[in-house]
Amino acid sequence: MKSLEELKAIRDKMQNQVNLRDEDTTATRVVVGMATCGIAAGARPVLTAFSDLVQQKGMKNVVVTQTGCVGLCQYEPIVEIIEPGKEKVTYIKMTAEKAAEVFEQHIVRGQVKSEYTISSALK
Amino acid sequence: MFRSHVLICGGTGCTSSGSLKIYEKLQEEIDKNGLSKEVQVVKTGCFGLCANGPIMIVYPEGTFYSMVNVEDIPEIVSEHLLKGRIVTRLVYQETVEENGIKSLNETDFYKKQHRVALRNCGVINPENIDEYIGRDGYQALGKVLTEMTPEEVIQCILDSGLRGRGGGGFPTGRKWQLARNIVPNADQKYVCCNADEGDPGAFMDRSVLEGDPHVVLEAMAIAGYAIGANQGYIYVRAEYPIAVQRLEIAIKQAREYGLLGKNIFGTDFSFDIGLRLGAGAFVCGEETALMTSIEGNRGEPRPRPPFPAEKGLFQKPTILNNVETYANIPQIILKGAEWFASMGTEKSKGTKVFALGGKINNTGLVEIPMGTTLRTVIEEIGGGIPNGKKFKAAQTGGPSGGCIPAEHMDIAIDYDNLIAIGSMMGSGGLIVMDEDNCMVDIAKFFLEFTVDESCGKCTPCRIGTKRMYEILDKITKGKATLEDLDRLEELCYHVKANSLCGLGQTAPNPVLSTLRYFRDEYIAHIVEKRCPAGVCKDLLSYEIQADKCKGCTACARVCPAGAISGSVKNPHTIDKSKCLKCGACIEKCRFGAIIKK
Amino acid sequence: MENVTIKINGVETTVPAGTTILEAAHMANIEIPTLCFMKDINAIGACRICMVEANEGRGSRLVASCVYPVSPNMEVFTNTPRVLETRKRTLELMLSTHDRNCLSCVRSGNCELQKLAKDLGVEDAGIYDGVSNHYEIDDSAAHMTRDNNKCILCRRCVAACGVTQTIGVIGANERGFKTYIGSAFDMGLGETSCVSCGQCIAVCPTGALAEKDSTAEVLAAIADPSKHVIVQTAPAVRAGLGECFGYPIGTDVEGKMAAALRRLGFDKVFDTDFGADLTIMEEGTEFIERLQNGGKLPMITSCSPGWIKFCEHYYPDMIDNLSSCKSPQQMFGAIAKSYYAEKMGIDPKDMVVVSVMPCTAKKFEIGRDDQAANGVPDVDIALTTRELGRMIQRAGINFQALPDEEFDLPLGLSSGAGVIFGATGGVMEAALRTVVEVLENKELPSLDFHEVRGLDGIKEATYNVAGTEVKLAVASGLSNARALLDKVNAGEADYHFIEIMGCPGGCINGGGQPQVSPAERNFGDYRAKRASVLYNNDAAKAVRKSHENAGIKELYDTYLEKPGSHKAHQLLHTSYVKRSIN
Repeated sequence: MKSLEELKAIRDKMQNQVNLRDEDTTATRVVVGMATCGIAAGARPVLTAFSDLVQQKGMKNVVVTQTGCVGLCQYEPIVEIIEPGKEKVTYIKMTAEKAAEVFEQHIVRGQVKSEYTISSALK
Repeated sequence: MFRSHVLICGGTGCTSSGSLKIYEKLQEEIDKNGLSKEVQVVKTGCFGLCANGPIMIVYPEGTFYSMVNVEDIPEIVSEHLLKGRIVTRLVYQETVEENGIKSLNETDFYKKQHRVALRNCGVINPENIDEYIGRDGYQALGKVLTEMTPEEVIQCILDSGLRGRGGGGFPTGRKWQLARNIVPNADQKYVCCNADEGDPGAFMDRSVLEGDPHVVLEAMAIAGYAIGANQGYIYVRAEYPIAVQRLEIAIKQAREYGLLGKNIFGTDFSFDIGLRLGAGAFVCGEETALMTSIEGNRGEPRPRPPFPAEKGLFQKPTILNNVETYANIPQIILKGAEWFASMGTEKSKGTKVFALGGKINNTGLVEIPMGTTLRTVIEEIGGGIPNGKKFKAAQTGGPSGGCIPAEHMDIAIDYDNLIAIGSMMGSGGLIVMDEDNCMVDIAKFFLEFTVDESCGKCTPCRIGTKRMYEILDKITKGKATLEDLDRLEELCYHVKANSLCGLGQTAPNPVLSTLRYFRDEYIAHIVEKRCPAGVCKDLLSYEIQADKCKGCTACARVCPAGAISGSVKNPHTIDKSKCLKCGACIEKCRFGAIIKK
Repeated sequence: MENVTIKINGVETTVPAGTTILEAAHMANIEIPTLCFMKDINAIGACRICMVEANEGRGSRLVASCVYPVSPNMEVFTNTPRVLETRKRTLELMLSTHDRNCLSCVRSGNCELQKLAKDLGVEDAGIYDGVSNHYEIDDSAAHMTRDNNKCILCRRCVAACGVTQTIGVIGANERGFKTYIGSAFDMGLGETSCVSCGQCIAVCPTGALAEKDSTAEVLAAIADPSKHVIVQTAPAVRAGLGECFGYPIGTDVEGKMAAALRRLGFDKVFDTDFGADLTIMEEGTEFIERLQNGGKLPMITSCSPGWIKFCEHYYPDMIDNLSSCKSPQQMFGAIAKSYYAEKMGIDPKDMVVVSVMPCTAKKFEIGRDDQAANGVPDVDIALTTRELGRMIQRAGINFQALPDEEFDLPLGLSSGAGVIFGATGGVMEAALRTVVEVLENKELPSLDFHEVRGLDGIKEATYNVAGTEVKLAVASGLSNARALLDKVNAGEADYHFIEIMGCPGGCINGGGQPQVSPAERNFGDYRAKRASVLYNNDAAKAVRKSHENAGIKELYDTYLEKPGSHKAHQLLHTSYVKRSIN
């Protein structure tokens, strides 16, 4: 016998999973470069770190997705965070640990983690 | 946690084009690439674009692959799932743009749609109750049982303006209200679901059952609470094996979770659901016939009154709603009556699912807000008529409906507008006809269907429809007189006014509506012995144009009746008394010398 | 119950709420034509002949009056041009699939379809002719034929079989235009567990259902100088035959019937009532014997061959409860071909015993095993009341002008007890008149046992007979029989003696009786009127107890010795078989 609370618990758990299938154009998109260069540089743990965090924390309106080679192979793994109506932010040489920091600061709190961005590297 | 979900349609359409094999291959390739912890493969219900199946969609990107083959799977896995590179050549071409690939929701087919009843179809795994719950499933039942009185539930449905999606368009809330109140202190009541979808070409109910079975169970439980019933029955066609199987799984899961059964959510409300399989008689979609069939008798309608709200299944107060109607209920409860009533027209609220078929580019299922024009549905969502042909009419309401001519293309689709122009909403079949369709032939087609499906209980339907069919047949053979036409019309009105149930009462509609808008075609058949659309075989004749004929003898050799004669290099001729009008000669002629008229 | 006021054809009328328009119109002296409707049994709204215009404030529309209930302030029109035209058109559609060979149809003259065509002014019966279905005639059963070419699918037979009799061996097969009435898996009726009651024929509006006609056989026998042809007539025949000749329902035509039979050329005109009295002697004795010696109880009567066949198919475990007595028809035949034959010096082989019965199951019964006590069948030909009516008509006998004549002796002698056999409860009452007097050894003060009279489907009574409380039950119609037997089997009732008749109301409403009009069937009391003929006949008789019938006394004194004797058993008792359900 399920109580209403149990039902809500199942919903909250599943919601994070099935929300992946919503195509919301207002969502923040986390795009991980997953071409051969990215994978070779260690993009896979970065990708899984982001998608796990989003689902664990129940972040709505955040989509983790992947893309091919963006042409800056020496900076891989590259992650782009695109918020609607804002300038795209590109993080480089990411690791799973850095991903957690970026997630916490950028995605949760809305502040760019500037020390990992490509613009700070190019300065 | 999975970072990516691959959804494969497991509806009837895609299953028959091989989606199950693709599902297996995909699992295999994902394992091989070490992605099984990252990528989840989900077998879902129908996406709607059945003509493009097997269909596969990859989230979070929303990449839509159509007509996928098993051989394509390794490439999709290694390129897209592993490396993030979309395999453009396999993507549904409508979504391919110059600078990339757009989401399916941005295509014309989906852009103007609004999915309420179909919201979970193609999104969740219908065999996993948790996914349904993840999409707010059973929250409405919880809300109803813990926060609302039955009267409030009924009021909410009344306020929403929801009307029956099975054809008649009776206000759902009103139906529930009657069943709650008409027999005080009834010892037993029932909630029934009509899943005996029978209109030729309509399959939205099947899609909901296959893609989102729990929504029906949840809605029926809500209805049970509202009217005071503790038992439900779903009457589903045995010809829908996938739907039956998913319903069985869903009922089992819901029982395991205590969402069906005794004391749901710890309240004193108990409700359970049984499946009853119909053998596919069209008349069993009629409510009293359906109940007679559930009772174990020959599926025949009973006179009304008494209405089912008073004496329905086993003579107890009963409500019967169809699948699509139920699919709206949980959303209305959760989002409120105002939300639902904000969609649609004054008297027809919400959305309606249509099954597009016939002479249209995008065949499949679409869900549109009430009030969308027929033109939008056909030209934008449906992608227009193939081969540059001209639109002639749209048939709605199946064998009970009528044909809508081009002059009414800008009509806003709702219950009352369709009735006003001589058609009806019906269960949502929408068949598009172009200039190559003969309207007499169309009327005859639908009548043949009702003649075949009449239960035979009442005289007007049993004999009247047969006689109507015979007259139509005479017309298409060029053997009818104008007197026959009068008799046909008389019979139409007679059968309409005198038949026992809805089947007979609406059976003449396809004839009446074509007579109303295309009478000239009937007259052409009768007076000129001519079929303007070139469909009615008996009225066609084949001729060889002497100036184009090279005398190659190909036609004479292919003619099965030996009707073509002529010497080599001289124009041939067709003996019309021998010609079978099979058309083999036209196909064979390389010079376009043979015409039919 | 509250009342509702409506207007029918502009005239206000007040009827109980829940009344149908058809009933309300009947109360207002307007008969709306019906075909499929049978009150309480077949309210299915299928034929669409009873359409009327009804306005409940939302405009006038056509509704089927047989099933549509009245509502306050409803306006009904039963005879507008639209109504008459629509009924006519529905009828014309029916006629387009109907075998219209009326000239050679057994129902010509009293066919409901024919009458409707005339009443509604059908000018061209073939106006909607088109493709038609053609059916083989089913003559597999002993007692009747089904000609679906004449069937209009009103389903009255289906209701009579399934609802009234709870047999249900016929129903609709196929669907739509191809629908026809038949048995499961297209079995012939003779292969099914049909009990031959003929209630389906009695309710058929057309000639689709009819008894197997044996009149030619009878005429041939009469014309054969080497044959001694005698006839016996069942009690209920005299209460129904008059209807074939324009008499009102409930007219006793015993005397004219005897006269007509004589003019048809029968050598002797006898009465099955004699056989009925004989039955009481044997059955009463058997009952006393079972009661006193711990025999199988309850004992159940065995006069009704439809009931017997029903018991054999559906309650095979109860055949030991059946009285071993033959039915009056068969007892009569057995005595005619022994006692009477010897008396007359005729070889039984040269005798033809014809019976006239209100019953179709009698046609089955004459062919049963163990019904040929003298090496030849006890009864050779069983006719229905309807067949006799046709024979008299065919012979040009002016029935109404005939004098009243008596039955011949000795087998035409009867008591009032024998006459009432034809109504439900009659056998029980007749038995009581004899059994009580035998057991108490004194004359009864009153011969009327009112508790077992009347048309109730199940009647119960308890009488103190010589110090014993004797519990009795009477059922007629097989749905009632079923209910009663289920009660007995469930241990809810412990009767000593049960009378069961296959047809509702008993033989007066047998499957071989003349068909009555729909209005009479639905709203009239034709069964009570026919039963009153028998009770009046009984009351007017000097001898009203079987054991006082002088012919019966002589039979026992000079031939059988005593009831239940060895000879009596040999001639007058029979056996039963267990049958399956198909």
